[in-house]
Amino acid sequence: MSKPSNEGFFWLLFSAGGVVAALFIPVHLFLFGLAFPLGWLPQPSYGHLLALAQSPLARIYLFVLCALPLFHWAHRFHFTLYDGLQVKHLNEVIFVLCYGGALLGTLLSGYLLLRI
Amino acid sequence: MADKIVLEIARYAPEKDEEPSFQSFEVPFRKEWVVLDALNHIKDKIDGSLTYRWSCRMGVCGSCGMMVNGEPKLTCATFLSSYGNGAKVRVEPLRYFPVIRDLVTALSDFLVKLQSVKPWLIRKDEPPLSAGEFLQTPEQLDLYKQFSMCINCTLCYAACPVVGLEPSFVGPAAIALAQRYNLDNRDQGAQERLGLLAHPEGIWGCTFVGECTRVCPKHVDPAGAIQQYKLKAALEWVKSFVLPRGHDDESKEVRS
Amino acid sequence: MTMQPSTEFHPRWYRAKVSTYWWMGSWRYLLFILRELSSVAVAWSVVMTVLLLRALLNGPEAYARLTQCLRSTWMIALNIITFCFLLLHTITWFNLAPRAMPVRVGGKRVPEFLVAVPNYALWVVASAAIAWFVLRTS
Repeated sequence: MSKPSNEGFFWLLFSAGGVVAALFIPVHLFLFGLAFPLGWLPQPSYGHLLALAQSPLARIYLFVLCALPLFHWAHRFHFTLYDGLQVKHLNEVIFVLCYGGALLGTLLSGYLLLRI
Repeated sequence: MADKIVLEIARYAPEKDEEPSFQSFEVPFRKEWVVLDALNHIKDKIDGSLTYRWSCRMGVCGSCGMMVNGEPKLTCATFLSSYGNGAKVRVEPLRYFPVIRDLVTALSDFLVKLQSVKPWLIRKDEPPLSAGEFLQTPEQLDLYKQFSMCINCTLCYAACPVVGLEPSFVGPAAIALAQRYNLDNRDQGAQERLGLLAHPEGIWGCTFVGECTRVCPKHVDPAGAIQQYKLKAALEWVKSFVLPRGHDDESKEVRS
Repeated sequence: MTMQPSTEFHPRWYRAKVSTYWWMGSWRYLLFILRELSSVAVAWSVVMTVLLLRALLNGPEAYARLTQCLRSTWMIALNIITFCFLLLHTITWFNLAPRAMPVRVGGKRVPEFLVAVPNYALWVVASAAIAWFVLRTS
């Protein structure tokens, strides 16, 4: 029997990213994108956020929060372009742009979290 | 004043038409009639050239699938009364299939796809007759029973956008059928089918739109079958990296 | 297209083309595409988080500038839309994920609704925990 295609790996990544995105991303966007700018809740101070982000657990959490959802986006978005817009002839280009973008974002967030 | 309902039916005669056109027929609106009754009335009393498939007229043969007002339906199970007295009902052949004539679609591709998943019990070893029958408990039957209820009506293919966009996609019914055998404790062919289906025209072509499950008249839930299959295939991929070669967990059947 | 007569052995089947706008054909298809596009909202949220991390790295002035930028009308409008898409993602995800993993207890299938509810509960707990960490002043 032939070896299972590597698509399984990308699907697992997509699923993991989907779970993280479903559980944690909404509250982050709600707080920093809506509640604080609109004044519904007090904006946390720079010092407090920095100290929070510097703890080892927070660094790992934030890295996972950035990395996995990006790969979730990469998988889903490239399928949407393929099916929705039927741009089949650009399949390899789309794949590289999506997963490349996700990888870039992951590396960037990793770098920032190491330096904070 | 008798109640009436208008059916707008797609007509296509390959010997004279370039493409389908619609023809309207007025039929009596009877409370107990289904769309198939209306079609039969038209063929009997109005236009004998109307061409369509039907057989059991009770929702078990899967022959009478058509698009009714844009929805894939079994016409023997779709009541005229759900459209109302005086309504216009559009009847077309099932979407995403080539049309042979009027409401008849070409199913040869579908049959090839069904066959391609090896929908039979695959055995690696053939025990002798003296060993007795294969035993299967009700719990073991329950594992795959839902996926065995498919009547091959192809409503799911008409609902699935991937079938329309990617004609080589093997499709919901075929994958559900493969799962029916994979989950059967008498079968030893799961690995073989995995090799046949774990690729972009197999399970990985599915984007979980979920329309197939919604339109299925037998509640087979092909979308569920496919997602479960994806999980299994993904875990197999992980196993192929982590575990040594030649692992085999096929023999699950119970014998007396 | 020239007309060719069909004979007993050469039927001319009609194949309808699938339009590029197939997804506008029904509200269910449209909802599916919107669900898939929610991944863009997810990606944007990550971008915002990365921008925040960069601001934290660069100092209090950078943080102040970012928070000021986030108060602009355009950003708020964008984030309202983003948040709606994130809710779409979460709800469709929890409602559909049980299909991939049928749960059986004592040989009987657990109804999907019961499998989805703990996910929602976990979502509430996780969100509350994150909010607590971010909001506490100590």
